[in-house]
Amino acid sequence: MAVETILKVTNISKTYRAAGRVLTILEHISFSVEAGSTVAIVGPSGSGKTTLLGLCAGLDRCSDGSIQLNGIVLESLDEDERANIRNRYVGFIFQNFQLLPTLTAVENVMVPMELRGEKGVRDRAKELMRKVGLEDRLHHYPAQLSGGEQQRVSLARAFAGQPRVLFADEPTGNLDVETSERIVQLLFELNREAGTTLIIVTHNLELAAATQRVIRLAGGRIVDDHEKK
Amino acid sequence: MRTSWLFVMAWRDSRRNRGRLFLFISSVVLGIAALVATLSFGYNLREDVDDQAKELVGADLVIRGRRATSDSIQTMKVFAGARHSEVKSMASMVFFPRTQSSRLVQLIGLRGDYPYYGKIETKPASAAMDFRGKRKALVDQTLMLEFGARVGDSIRVGTIDLVIAGALIKMPGRNQVSLTVSAPVYIPLRYIDSAGLEKKGSRIESEVYYQFKPGTDISKLMDTLGPELESEHVRYETVEIRKERMTRAFKDLSQFLTLISFIALLLGCIGVASSVNIYIREKIAGVAVLRCLGLKARTAFLIYLIQILGIGLVGSLLGAGLGVVVQQVLPMLFKDILPVEAHFRLSWPAIAEGVGLGVAIALLFALLPLLTVRKISPLNTLRLTVEPPTAGWDGWKVGIYAAVFVFITGFSYMRMEKFGKALIFTLSILGAFLLLAGAAKLLMATVRRFFPERWNYLWRQGFANLYRPNNQTLVLVVTIGLGTTFIGTLFFIQELLLDRVNILASTDGNMVLYDVQPAQIDGVRRLASEMRVQLVDDVPVVAVRVASVKGIARDDDGARGRNDTRVTYSDTLRPTEKLVAGKLGPPVHSPRDVIHVSYDDDAAVSSGVQIGDQVVFDVQGVQITTVVGSIRHLEHGPMRQGILFPTGVLEQAPQFHIVTAMLRSPEASARFQRAVVQQFPGILVVDLALVVNVLQDILAKIGSVIRFMAGFSMMTGLIVLIASVLVSKFQRIQESVLLRTLGASRRQVLVITMLEYFFIGALASVIGIGLSMAFSMVLAKFIFEAVFVPNWWVVGGLFAGVSLLTVVIGLYNVRGVLNRPPLEILRREG
Repeated sequence: MAVETILKVTNISKTYRAAGRVLTILEHISFSVEAGSTVAIVGPSGSGKTTLLGLCAGLDRCSDGSIQLNGIVLESLDEDERANIRNRYVGFIFQNFQLLPTLTAVENVMVPMELRGEKGVRDRAKELMRKVGLEDRLHHYPAQLSGGEQQRVSLARAFAGQPRVLFADEPTGNLDVETSERIVQLLFELNREAGTTLIIVTHNLELAAATQRVIRLAGGRIVDDHEKK
Repeated sequence: MRTSWLFVMAWRDSRRNRGRLFLFISSVVLGIAALVATLSFGYNLREDVDDQAKELVGADLVIRGRRATSDSIQTMKVFAGARHSEVKSMASMVFFPRTQSSRLVQLIGLRGDYPYYGKIETKPASAAMDFRGKRKALVDQTLMLEFGARVGDSIRVGTIDLVIAGALIKMPGRNQVSLTVSAPVYIPLRYIDSAGLEKKGSRIESEVYYQFKPGTDISKLMDTLGPELESEHVRYETVEIRKERMTRAFKDLSQFLTLISFIALLLGCIGVASSVNIYIREKIAGVAVLRCLGLKARTAFLIYLIQILGIGLVGSLLGAGLGVVVQQVLPMLFKDILPVEAHFRLSWPAIAEGVGLGVAIALLFALLPLLTVRKISPLNTLRLTVEPPTAGWDGWKVGIYAAVFVFITGFSYMRMEKFGKALIFTLSILGAFLLLAGAAKLLMATVRRFFPERWNYLWRQGFANLYRPNNQTLVLVVTIGLGTTFIGTLFFIQELLLDRVNILASTDGNMVLYDVQPAQIDGVRRLASEMRVQLVDDVPVVAVRVASVKGIARDDDGARGRNDTRVTYSDTLRPTEKLVAGKLGPPVHSPRDVIHVSYDDDAAVSSGVQIGDQVVFDVQGVQITTVVGSIRHLEHGPMRQGILFPTGVLEQAPQFHIVTAMLRSPEASARFQRAVVQQFPGILVVDLALVVNVLQDILAKIGSVIRFMAGFSMMTGLIVLIASVLVSKFQRIQESVLLRTLGASRRQVLVITMLEYFFIGALASVIGIGLSMAFSMVLAKFIFEAVFVPNWWVVGGLFAGVSLLTVVIGLYNVRGVLNRPPLEILRREG
C-alpha cells in the first residue's frame, strides 16, 4: 500500500526584520511526514522549533520554499483560505493551553465543530470530555480548572475537529511530572484512536522518545532526523 | 458557518465581560438621555405652541403702531362686526402711598374684553374683570410683594390714584421673566389719558386686539387687509404669524439644547472608543486561538461587531428611558422662561431618533478600535512577543474617520439647517478634540523624552504611568478637558454679564432719571442739592429722523421707524467715550457754519457712513444738514446716544434730559426716588441696583437651564473618567499586585496612583480652562462687545476642582488593590 505524505516541507527559510537587521530563524529546511505517524521536533531554545511548527500549521508564511499540507500548497493561499485549512485538517495543543476564557469547558470543545457549521456538536463535545475524564467539569470556565484539567480540555478540543494533523507546542511544558505523564498517555491514546498525524515541539526528551521520529534543530537548521525502526 | 452561530458566539464571549461592556456603554447612556429629553421637549413644545397659539395672542388679530387706533383703521370695512379691545402701554412711575415708595413699571391701559382666548389669572380671580371700567388697577404680584401692597390699597399713577383690584399672576403670551423685567400694572385705558402721562416724545405703544366671527378665514382676510395695514404703517400679527415666530424661536432653543446634548454624546463616544480599544486588546489571545481553530478574520470582526451593536442598543434603550424621565424635568426648568405651558408627552419619534443615533454613533466610534480584530494573527497563540496588532492606516480606517466627520456634520446640519454653521460646529469640536489630544500626546512624549531619572521611585513610576502601554492619558485628557471647557465657558460668560451690569451701575451712577423735561431740570438739580444727592451726568436727548445719507433720501418707513433716532449734543466727550477717528466738531455759532456730527462706531457701520459723508436730519420738520466729523467708541450704558451734535444747533429743539445720580445707600435711593416721583410725576426713575437684581435673577434662571444641560456633559465626562480608570485598573491590577507582593506599602501604591491622576487632571483642566477662556474671549468680543477679564478665582477653583476630582476617582478605583491581600485579587481578577 502506498504511503500518504500529509506534510511536505521543501527548502523553507524564515527571516524577520528587527531593529534594522535581518534575523534568519530557519534556513533550508526540508522534510516530509507520513499520515498517521508521530514526530517530535526538538532542539535548544531559539533553534526555530516553534517557528517551524507555526509555518507547518499555516499560522505564518515562510520567506522562501514551500509547504504542502494534505497536498495543498500553503503559500498560494490567503489568510482566510489558510484559516479554512486549519479548521478542516489541523488541531492544536499549546503549552499554555489557550482555552477561551469566556467559554465553558464544553463550549471550548464545541468551537472547532461549530466553526464548520456541524450539528449535534454538544453531544460529541460531551463525549470527548468524558474521554479526557472531565465529564463533571463541563460547565466550568478555564479559570476554574487546574492546569492539568485545562490541558485535558485542550486535548478534547484538538481532537474535536477530527484533524488530520495535530500540532502540539510543548504540551507538557507548564505541567508537573505526574500530570505530564497522564497528559502524554492521553494524547497518544486519543491519537491512536483517531489515526491522526502528531507533530510535537518539545524540550522533553522522554516525550520525544515516545514518538516514531525525532527531528533535531539547531541554529535554524535540521541537524538530525532520526526515525525509529 | 451559520449566521446564528455568530450571535451565539458573541453572546458567549460577552458573558464574562458584560459588566465591563456595560461600563463602556454607560458613557453614552447620559448623552442619549439628554438627546432624547431635548428632542422630545422640542417636539412637545411645537405641539404646545400649536395648541396654545390662540391663547398666546389672546385674539384673532392684533395690530400695533402709532396709527393703530386711528380712525382710518377703525373704519375699515373688514373690522365691522369684529369685537375689539384697545391697549396702550408705556413706561411710567407708580407710587405706593402705603410704603411711600415708587417704582418704574410698564403701565398698560386696557379697554374691552381682551383676552378673547385664554384668561388673565389674578388673585382674587374676580379682579381680572373687576378692574375694567372702574378706577382700579391690576398690579403684578411680585411688585405687590416687593412693596407690601394689598388688594384695596391705592396706587398713584401720574396725577391720579387708583385702587388695587387684585394681583396679576399670569397674562396670556407673557412669561415669568418678561413679567419680572417689565412689572406690568393694568388700568382702564381712559385713565392713561387723564393721568396726564401722554406727552410729546413719550414712547407709547398702541395695540388693538380683534376677535372675528367664528368661521372667518383669517389668512384669506389678511391677504387683502395686510397690504392696507402696511400702507397705514401699522404692524399686525395673527395667530398663525405668532405660531410661526414662536416655532422658529423654539426651534432655535431646542437646536441649542440638542447640540449641547450631542456634545455629551460625543464625549461618551470617545469613552466608548477608548474602552473598546482596551477590551479588544484583552481579546487578542482569544481571537488568536479562534483564528488557529480556523476562524476567518472577517468572522472574528463580526462577532465583536455584534457585541458592540447589542450593547450599543441596550445602552441607547437605557438612555432613552432615562431621557423620558429627564424630559419631565425640562418643563419645570423652563417654566419661567417660556410663554407657553410646556406639557409632558411621550415622543416616539424623539425616542427612535435618540436610540438610532446612539447605536449608530457608538458603533462608528467603536469601529475604529474594532478594526484591529481583523489584524490579530493566529501566531499570537505561540508567541506572546508578537507585536500587538494595530489597525494601521488602511482604507477602512480612513473611511470610518470620514464617516464620523460626515455623521457629526450631518447631524449638526439637520439641527441647524445651515451647512456653514454645521461645519463650523463640527470643526470647532474637532479643533478642541485635536488640541486636547495633541496636548496629551505632547505630554507623553515630553515625559518620555525628559524622564526625570534621578527622582525618587514613586515620582518616576507616577510619571511613567502617563505613557506606558495601556495608559489612559489621551482619553482622560480629552474628556476631562472638554468637560472643563464647557463648564468654564459657562462660568466666564455668566461672570462677564454680571460684571458688566455691576460696572455700569458703579461708574455711571446707580440711578437714572429719564424723560426729564427742560422745564424740570432746574427743579431736579435743586432737589438733588437739598437731599445731598450727587448728580453724575446730564444728557439732553432730541428725537430726530434721518432724512438722507450721502444725498440719498431715506424713505419714510413709518411704523418700522428705522430712521427715527435719538441724538445728543455736547462739545466734550464723556469718560465712557473715546474718539477713534476724526475730530470732534466745534460749537456752531452761525447758520453758515458746517455742523460736524460724531457717530459711534456701531451706528456708523449700521448707517454706512464714514468721515466726510453728508447726513441730513429732520428735527420736527426742520432739515439740518451735517457732515460726519468723527467716529467714537462708546461703552454700553444708560447715557449712550449714538450720534453727537456740537452745541449751538439743537438747544431749542423739543428735548428731554437723562440725568444720572449716585446714591450711597438703598435708603437714600428710595428717599430720592420717592421725592422725584412726587414732585415730577412724568419723570421715569430707573434704579440700576434693581436692574442688576433682576438681571441676576434672569441669568440665574437661564444659567440653571444651561448648567442642567451642561451637567450631562460633566456627568458623561465623569462616567468616562470612571470607566477609563476602571478599565486601566483591569490592565494595571497585575502590576499593582506585583508591587504589593514585592512589599510596596499602601501609601506607595497610593502616591503613584495619585501622581498619575493629578498630572492627567491638571493638564486636562489647564487646557480646558485655556480653551474656555479663548471661547469666552471670542464670545465677549463678537457677541457681547465687551472685554473679557478672567476671574482668577473661577480659574483657580476650576483647576483645583477638576484636578482633585480626577485624583479622587483614580484613588477610589485602586482601593481594591490596597485593601485586600494580593493573592485574593489575583484569584478574583483571573
